[in-house]
Amino acid sequence: MNTTADISNVLASQPDATMGYRSFTLGSFAFRRDEYFAHINWKTRDGRPLSHTLDVGNFLRALMRDVAWGFFYGGVNFDHVFGTTNHYKTVDMYAGSFNGTMKAAGVDLLENFPTEQIAATFSAMLDDWTNETFDPFAAPQETGSPYGRKNGNNTAKITRARELAKRCVGLKDDLSLRSDARGAPVNRAFADVPQDEPELHPEPGFENEVHAFNLFAFLSRSQVTWNPSFTSVVKYSFMCPTTEEHILPIIHANDRVEWFFQMCDEIHWDCADKTTGKPLARVIMKAGDMAAMPAYCRHQGYSPKRSMLLVWENGSPNLVYEIQKGDAPEVPVSF
Amino acid sequence: MTAPRYETKFGSLERFEKGGVQNIDDNVKNYAFSNCFEVASKAKPYEKVVFGQNQIYVLEVLRAEGTSPWFTCAHDEFALCMDGDVEIHLVKLGAEQTVPDTEHNGAVLVKGEPKGQKMGWLKVRRGHQALLPKNAAYQFRSAKPGVVVLQTCKGDLSVERWAEICQTA
Repeated sequence: MNTTADISNVLASQPDATMGYRSFTLGSFAFRRDEYFAHINWKTRDGRPLSHTLDVGNFLRALMRDVAWGFFYGGVNFDHVFGTTNHYKTVDMYAGSFNGTMKAAGVDLLENFPTEQIAATFSAMLDDWTNETFDPFAAPQETGSPYGRKNGNNTAKITRARELAKRCVGLKDDLSLRSDARGAPVNRAFADVPQDEPELHPEPGFENEVHAFNLFAFLSRSQVTWNPSFTSVVKYSFMCPTTEEHILPIIHANDRVEWFFQMCDEIHWDCADKTTGKPLARVIMKAGDMAAMPAYCRHQGYSPKRSMLLVWENGSPNLVYEIQKGDAPEVPVSF
Repeated sequence: MTAPRYETKFGSLERFEKGGVQNIDDNVKNYAFSNCFEVASKAKPYEKVVFGQNQIYVLEVLRAEGTSPWFTCAHDEFALCMDGDVEIHLVKLGAEQTVPDTEHNGAVLVKGEPKGQKMGWLKVRRGHQALLPKNAAYQFRSAKPGVVVLQTCKGDLSVERWAEICQTA
């Protein structure tokens, strides 16, 4: 959802006289940033005030994904306290609701909003709180600091369009290949990735069907991290490869089984119970490894070097209704 | 200060390092953890071993070695080469050899030699991904063993042996 927020539907303060940032209100939640932190305040179910503080760089990286992915599949935890759950026409926003201790203590709060309303607020907050030096999609070594007082905007970097092939990258009228000319140079960490193209020998008339492209070269030119594209589509089977470096800025609690195919280098995953946060397993993935994330878990990845990960998704619209009825499987396969 | 140099680590049939599930308090089998090179190292040539499944959709590992049978499919498929040099030859099939049910999932063998216009051929190496267009016949040719990952639907030729390919404890 790469839209610039309609500020008229957003409850925002005037810029703070000292920090320069606006504060925002959505439902019973209040959001404020200072030089280093994002502060979230709410009242507990029994009326007591409670607050939560996040490093503002981490908050903006998570907010960037939530906005860009239209609240994604299932749950997007910003950390162990705050996050959103997508119901595909509405979105839950919560604090403490999926933290076993806070839930048991009754200090959690969950509120539901029309998608347009929460999207507008999150987009406006992202735009106001992201300074011109900071790109929340970039690896930490490839961007400036998120900290300090208000210093311009970086609207172009936070409104990148998602790259979504309809059938396959490189076909006529489909997603184009990446190149220097298109502003996509090879990333520093993939300088050794071969850029050769497949040999194509089409007979006349079959130029758009005898088709292949260098997926690894395509990925080596990604300018962002932890942001899947669609590169090939079979019915509702979407190949969503992405390049990963440092930490996945969200803890993803998917509402469906999700598959990961590690194409190079390695990623270490923390997997936990998505309702309580109780640790379940670590999954260490190296080149050629395949693993599923069960639908009952939340997961967060750590990529020591920029790596190529194929996220494989089932995007069938019927799956949403199967999930709502409890008919969708929680495990990938039984054996 | 000089910029650091990075080495991108890929795997191959000859050299791969497998990770794994480090269990804390779960059923390891629920992560269906496997490795495409290990699967291919134990597979027959062009056996379509499922190593990812999401309802009707699958990802299959193929050990590309020698010349494959001719396959065809009622929907598009995609072949990602993970190791080796693999040729793919394509023939446009007539109605008598295409899959009669246009909703049929997964690849089938072409009955007899494919009859129709040659569409051409292509050669893919590690990291290259090829379109296998619906209703075309396709044949893989690979002089040395290679590995292909196929994006497709589960079909008549799909082979499932999860207990053999996945980490179980």
